[in-house]
Parts: sequence; structure tokens; C-alpha cells
Amino acid sequence: MQLATLFKVSLLGLALTAAGCSTTGGGADTTGSADASNGESAYGAGDRAMLSAEEQAAADAAAEAARAAAEAEQLLNITTFYFDFDQSTIKAEARAALEAHAAYLVQSGGNVVLEGHADERGTREYNLALGERRAQAVASYLIALGVSSQQIETVSYGEERPASQGHDETSWSLNRRVDLRYGS
Amino acid sequence: MVRLLLRFSLLVLLISAALRPAWASLEIEITQGVDNPTRIAAVPFGWQGNGLLPEDIAQIVSADLSRSGQFIALDQRNMMSLPTRADQVYYRDWRVLNQEFLLIGQVIPNGQAGYRVHYELYDVYKQQQVVTGNVKAAANQLRDAAHLISDKIYERLTGIKGAFSTRIAYVTVDSQAVGGERVRLLVADADGHREKVIRESREPIMSPHWSPDGEKLAYVSFEGRRPAVYIQDVRTGQREKVPAFKGINSAPAWSPDGQQLALTLSKDGNPEIYIYNIAQRQFQRVTRHFGIDTEPSWSADGKSLIFTSNRGGKPQIYRKELSTGRIERLTFEGDYNARGRLSADGRYLVMVHRRQGIFHIAVQDLKRGRLRVLTQTELDESPSIAPNGSMIIYATNDRNKGILAFVSLDGRVKSRGPVKFGDVREPAWSPQ
Repeated sequence: MQLATLFKVSLLGLALTAAGCSTTGGGADTTGSADASNGESAYGAGDRAMLSAEEQAAADAAAEAARAAAEAEQLLNITTFYFDFDQSTIKAEARAALEAHAAYLVQSGGNVVLEGHADERGTREYNLALGERRAQAVASYLIALGVSSQQIETVSYGEERPASQGHDETSWSLNRRVDLRYGS
Repeated sequence: MVRLLLRFSLLVLLISAALRPAWASLEIEITQGVDNPTRIAAVPFGWQGNGLLPEDIAQIVSADLSRSGQFIALDQRNMMSLPTRADQVYYRDWRVLNQEFLLIGQVIPNGQAGYRVHYELYDVYKQQQVVTGNVKAAANQLRDAAHLISDKIYERLTGIKGAFSTRIAYVTVDSQAVGGERVRLLVADADGHREKVIRESREPIMSPHWSPDGEKLAYVSFEGRRPAVYIQDVRTGQREKVPAFKGINSAPAWSPDGQQLALTLSKDGNPEIYIYNIAQRQFQRVTRHFGIDTEPSWSADGKSLIFTSNRGGKPQIYRKELSTGRIERLTFEGDYNARGRLSADGRYLVMVHRRQGIFHIAVQDLKRGRLRVLTQTELDESPSIAPNGSMIIYATNDRNKGILAFVSLDGRVKSRGPVKFGDVREPAWSPQ
């Protein structure tokens, strides 16, 4: 997890530097873009008028990059992906976050462990297989997005490691999952 | 003061709950027995030696027979006489109490070797001896002697071999343990006594399965943060790891000759059944399908394997003939049938079956094809058949705790273990 946080910070830095490099007055613009992204542009309107069109475009690009980085960071915070009963199909709502993780993995070249889990219904061994199916579905998705299979390790815990201890649909839906963990 | 007392008694209660074994015999509750159980009186055995006997043989036999649901044992406090020899038996004492059979006996000191236990069973109405015998027992084997006597009586009166001298392996999970979840693999006598820890871990332990000689257990442990199959000697604790591969290494099942293990490996990308030759340390692939194939179990003759597969879309049980490679589907009723176990005669298939969204234990008569649901509880799993084929032990849920329960193969007798501090799961009945 620490690694992921580090990466997020460096991702933000990268985005800002990339935006800054395309302009002539690097440092000042970076500050400006940060202000813009904080929604303080109204107060800085007077200063803004001093910037050339080219500088303005660069600032906008930087702001956009910062926004994207912030969004990616948010998506990277999503590390649990849920499934339907006896299913190993990735849900539509999981895709954006998985794409962010794929981008991070492609960029960092780091490793990830995908832990597949099942709810308590059904037999333990079948659930172990089902958990593996789920972990593999996530792995395939990441690989399709350019992550190397060498970076990914899958392990299934079946129903042995529930996230929620209850015996109702609410708990079961929380337990049918893949946990994504960044490791060494 | 009252409060303090209350608190103290609460503490005592909590401690005693924590110390209680996973399923003590006295708490096995018969929830359903046969219509006309046989009435038997087991009189406290005579003892001429020094001091007190460490075990009450008659009490152990009474508990064994009662637990089968086919007998009702007379409470010792209701007996009018306490004979220990044939010449002390007055049949009318037992007719008055409506007893059909009478067990008497003596424990005789046998020097350094321990004891000799002599027993005699009488038919109260026919007024004749039915069976008699002697059992030698070392100092710590009186319980074994009692279970052996239960086996003899049960076989004589029902025609079915007793299964009281057997053991059960099971897994407990204590999620409240200091420092995090504690998982234990345990073995106890079939009546829940003499519980012994086989393996303890912070990581999951699954799928214990007995070797046919009853000396070893194969099980799955996640102690290396990956599932791997281990073989452990129950008595010595010595163990070996079955060579493990990437992915799933699980669901071990001993072949009837004890030379091989069927198991599930997903090293090929998805779960397939393999046969592992223990001496040669070699694997042989049995199934080849992109679906899930798991939970292998041998037929008693070792000629075929049954397994769970979702190759038809939903989990169902299949059988593979090992010599011909022919695969046939065995279950057709419902959309979830898994973890099959065959009775020793191969006629009955016991499994986990889903009906209206609820998981029950069911049995299918393979000759007639009929499937019958045996349990009414929910989340029932891990059925294991007694070596005599009469009872099934399985895991179920009660008040959000895993407990062990029993049901007879014909569905007539049901009993259950107590709700325990922590979860009990995955019972495996030892061979004879």
C-alpha cells in the first residue's frame, strides 16, 4: 500500500512537470495551475490577464493533468472489486478503477497480488475454485490493459477469509470479492 | 455485592464456555430418533481394584448407543438393582422398568498391563444371554474398551457394524483469539472426548481427509500464504508437504489402498483433478476441461473418482471411470450439487444440494436415481459418512456459529453437537 501512495505522489509530480515543461516560465505557472485547480481563479483573475495565450493553455493543461492525477489517485484507492453469486464476471463499475491500477502497474512495473474470495454459501473447495476464477478475471483484465502477467500473482482464499462476518445477503455481497494488494 | 457476584458468575460462565471442547458428548442432543428405539439398561460395571476407576464403562456405552438414535438407555439412578454377575440378575427388575436388554460387567485389574473388561448382554424377555466377551485395555484405554463393547452390542442388535470406536477430524476457528484469528485442526473420539490438536495456524486450514488406515490426515493449509496439501501422522505429528504448484493445491482424497491422493491443482490455469502417487511423488492428470473440476472422491473399489464440475454451467457431480476414461454425470436434480461422497457399497451418493436457495445435505440412490434431502437446516456442508454407512456427520450453522450435526443415511435419526465458543467446521469421519 505504501508503494501505491508513493506512486500516486510521483504521478502527480510527473503530471505537473510535464505540463510545466511545455512552457517557458515553469515554476510560476505550476503555482498558477495549482490555484486554478483549487477553484481560486476568480481571485487571481487580475494576474491571469498578464499571461500570454500560450502560457494560459499550458496552465490549463497542467490543471487538467492535476485533475486527472487526482482522479487516478481516487480510483487507485479502490482496491476491492465485487462479484455476483457463482459469477466471476467483472462488473461495469469496477472498470475505471481497474484501468487506473493497470496504468499504474504499466508505469511502475511493480507487482500486485490479487486475492479472490467467495461468500460462505456452497462448498468450501468449490468456493476456492470460484475465488481463483474471480482473481483470474481481474488478472486478465489488467493484462488486456498492458500489465505483464509476470507482475501479477493470484491467490484464492475461497470462503475462508470473509470481509464481513454476517450470514445475510449484505455480508455475502461484501465477501464475493477480489482484493488487490500491491506487494514486493 | 450482588453485582460483583453476578460479574464473577458471568466470568465463570465465559471461562467454562471457552474451555469446553468443540463438542462434548453429553451435549450431543438427539433431535430426532427412530419411532421405537430399543430400550437398554447398562448397569455400572463392577470393580474390585484399588481406588476409583477413571471411566464409567456403562455410562460411555449408554451414551454411545443413545447417540445412534436407535436406543434409549435407562438412567442409572432409576435402576432397582445393580448386578455385576449373571447370578445377581433378576429379570423382573428389568421387565418392570420396561427394558428389553440388560448389560452388566466387571473391570478386573490386569497387573501392569491395565485392565480386563468382562461384559455380558442379556435379553430381558427371552431371559437369555445374547453376547459376552472380554476386552483388554491399557491404563489409558478404558474409553476404547467401552466403545468396543458398544460396537459389539450395536452389531449384535442391529446387524450393522458399530462405528463407536472411530474418530472425527474437524477444523475450528477462533476469531476472537489474542493476536488474531486462530485456526485449529483437531481430532476427537466419535463421542467428542479426548480432543487433540493436530495443527494450529493463523492461516486457513481446510479439507481434512483420513488415510484408509486411520493413521494419517491429508489437509490443506495456507500457512505459506498459499494453499498447499500436507500429510500428517496423527500420532507422531510427523508431516510432509505434497509438492505444490502455482494456484490451487487442494481437496486431497486418499485412494482406498492408501498409495495415492486425488487432489485439485490449478497449475494448468484452471482447477483440474490429479492423482498423486505418494511413494513416487508423481502426478497424473485425470480431468481436462476449462470448467471448474474439484472435490474428488474415490469409489470404495478405487476404480473410479467422483468430482464436482461446472462443465455443464452449474456445479454438478460427475464420475470418471479410471480405466476407460469414461465420464458420466450423476446428479440432475437442482442447480447446485457438490462435494459428493459415496457410501462404502457405492449405492448412495451423499452431497451438498441447493434447494430454493438453501444448502442442505442430500442423498441420491444411484440405483434408482432418486434424490432425497436429509436436513432442514441452512448452510449445511462437508458431509462425511461413518465407516459403517449408517450416519453422516456434517457442518451447519446455529445462531451464527458453525456446529457439527449428525443425520442417518435414511434420514430417521438426527442429532447435533452444542453451539461452541468459536466455529466448528469440516468434520471428517475416520475409517473403522
